[in-house]
Amino acid sequence: MLIDITHLKPGEEGVIKEITGGTGLISRMQNMGIRTGETVKKISSHFWCGPQTVEVGRCKVAVGHGVAKKIIIEVER
Amino acid sequence: MKKVLLVGNPNVGKSAIFSRLTGVRVVVSNYPGTTVEFTKGKSKILSEVVEVMDVPGMYSLEPTCKAEEVAATMLKDGDVIINVIDATNLERNLCLTLELIEKGYPVIVALNIWDETKHKGIFIDIKKLEMFLGVPVVSTCGLTGEGVRNLILRLKEVKGSEEKTTTSLKKWQKIGQIISESQQLTHKHHSFLEVLEDLSIKPFSGLLISVFVTICSFFIIRFIGEGLINYVLNPFFDKIWLPFISVLGNFLGEGSFLHYILIGNLINGQVDFGLSFGLLTTGLYVPVAMVLPYILSFYLVLGLLEDFGYLPRLAVLADNIMHRLGLHGYAIVTMILGFGCNVPGALAMRLLENRRDKFIAATLLSIAIPCMAQIAMIVGLLGPRGGGALLIVFMTLFTIWIVLGFIMNKVLKGETSPLILEIPPYRHPHIKAVVKKLWMRTGGFLVSAIPYVLLGILVVNILYALRIIELFSSIFAPFLKHIWGLPAGSISALLIGFLRKDVAVGMLGPLALTTKQLIIGCVILAIYFPCAATFVVLVKELGLKDMLKSALIMVFTAIIVGGFLNLIL
Repeated sequence: MLIDITHLKPGEEGVIKEITGGTGLISRMQNMGIRTGETVKKISSHFWCGPQTVEVGRCKVAVGHGVAKKIIIEVER
Repeated sequence: MKKVLLVGNPNVGKSAIFSRLTGVRVVVSNYPGTTVEFTKGKSKILSEVVEVMDVPGMYSLEPTCKAEEVAATMLKDGDVIINVIDATNLERNLCLTLELIEKGYPVIVALNIWDETKHKGIFIDIKKLEMFLGVPVVSTCGLTGEGVRNLILRLKEVKGSEEKTTTSLKKWQKIGQIISESQQLTHKHHSFLEVLEDLSIKPFSGLLISVFVTICSFFIIRFIGEGLINYVLNPFFDKIWLPFISVLGNFLGEGSFLHYILIGNLINGQVDFGLSFGLLTTGLYVPVAMVLPYILSFYLVLGLLEDFGYLPRLAVLADNIMHRLGLHGYAIVTMILGFGCNVPGALAMRLLENRRDKFIAATLLSIAIPCMAQIAMIVGLLGPRGGGALLIVFMTLFTIWIVLGFIMNKVLKGETSPLILEIPPYRHPHIKAVVKKLWMRTGGFLVSAIPYVLLGILVVNILYALRIIELFSSIFAPFLKHIWGLPAGSISALLIGFLRKDVAVGMLGPLALTTKQLIIGCVILAIYFPCAATFVVLVKELGLKDMLKSALIMVFTAIIVGGFLNLIL
């Protein structure tokens, strides 16, 4: 099932399938290890469309809600 | 002279290694973006003196913000590039390493934070890594200095290579291969710190922790600050300095020009360190006995939070609110630094990506974030009139911060850049490193503040003696009186506020103001304009045009808010 990161539940994992957005945004995310093919694990999501924190590789990254919507992942449910 | 550059991702310990190599003291913390400007130092390496440069962190050779731009342009001048990488985060760090090697730069890799790999169950085969990369790799620990000697010894092996290009996809494939062959991970149970790491970025527990941290910080800062004032500095000034000043005063003779400049006016025949306004009385008392204790306690608490790694988590929690103000969460770091001194806060504007963000952050910082020197003076002056008065001042500033940010976010064209932030792990602060940083910052305050405070007081006294203040007072009197309800004499504080805010607040003291007038005076002094040092930095960061616009907002806000307080209080 394909969803964006905001729909992932805390503790759930998924594999990144697609990242949309401008090249600048994509390269900033790649620099932090958010790339297609990587596995991400959701740590938390903040209310009122707040930032989403995920663990990718061995590091933790926080991304704004708008950005998180652009990261499409595949999960098994 | 040969140039050695320290290059790497943010928050991998470049500054710690720089400090080890050169002996130059630089601020080292546990959050990305501590270094926004490069620092130079000299080091003797293999009987040759070389110049070492600490370059701001960057994720790749294509810059995404001003701090990274600074870094990218510096690379070309390097004779040797020490690529500092975080051993606990090899995969992400290797991207820049490969880019550097591909470009043909003469690279040596410092595998830093090596000590933590053991706790985290990471094993890295350095020999294999060297083979894959084709450049020397040395394990180091910047904070303790382990491995730095070895790094120096191997610098001579470094040489450049042919430039070649590969696609980004190939690069990641290569990194994947390197990682799988040279790194082994063993599973480790979550440590207490790791559990705390997660708790502090979850919405509810995170919020609770942030409230707890804020309240604790507040009380520790107050406890240490007040303790130092009451038990160390006031006794010193009363018991040791006052007798000396009295002798000097008698010698100079009251009424003489030198007495006026050095000791100032006697209040009821006595020297009053807060009110006399002489260079040797108020000029020393303000920076040393009123401001320094709070600077010391503030930077102690900030240093611990920074090294522990708490600030980025606060940024995540604040992101939501900050977005309504037209900023992303990380901008809160510029505000927190601003509470110490607005200058480092203003320099940290480089962490923000676009012009709009910078403009909003700089304006909010200048208007609503009083520096610790100013806060200490406000507390010293207004504190005796009761906590309610203090609360009004700080609540007013906080409200302005929220409302003005909200308005700017609605009015200004463009969009807030999104938050994409790496959150470092919590680390036990090294006491030695914390003390060193505290010493540096406090020393920095004394060196930069005392001359300006003295200059400020000298200028005030000369302006009074030449009757220039009188002239200004008579011109601005109607304005001050009708809009803000302040006496004509307060113009002197507004004039000196351009130079230093702490002296300016102190100048409200001798005016015998009512509590209401003091509150309005303190609020206006915080809002109306940044001090000279901050102004200069902001002009550089924003450009003259944006800074002038921002200054207009400041003056306008001061008039409206001051007038409003005058009406309702």
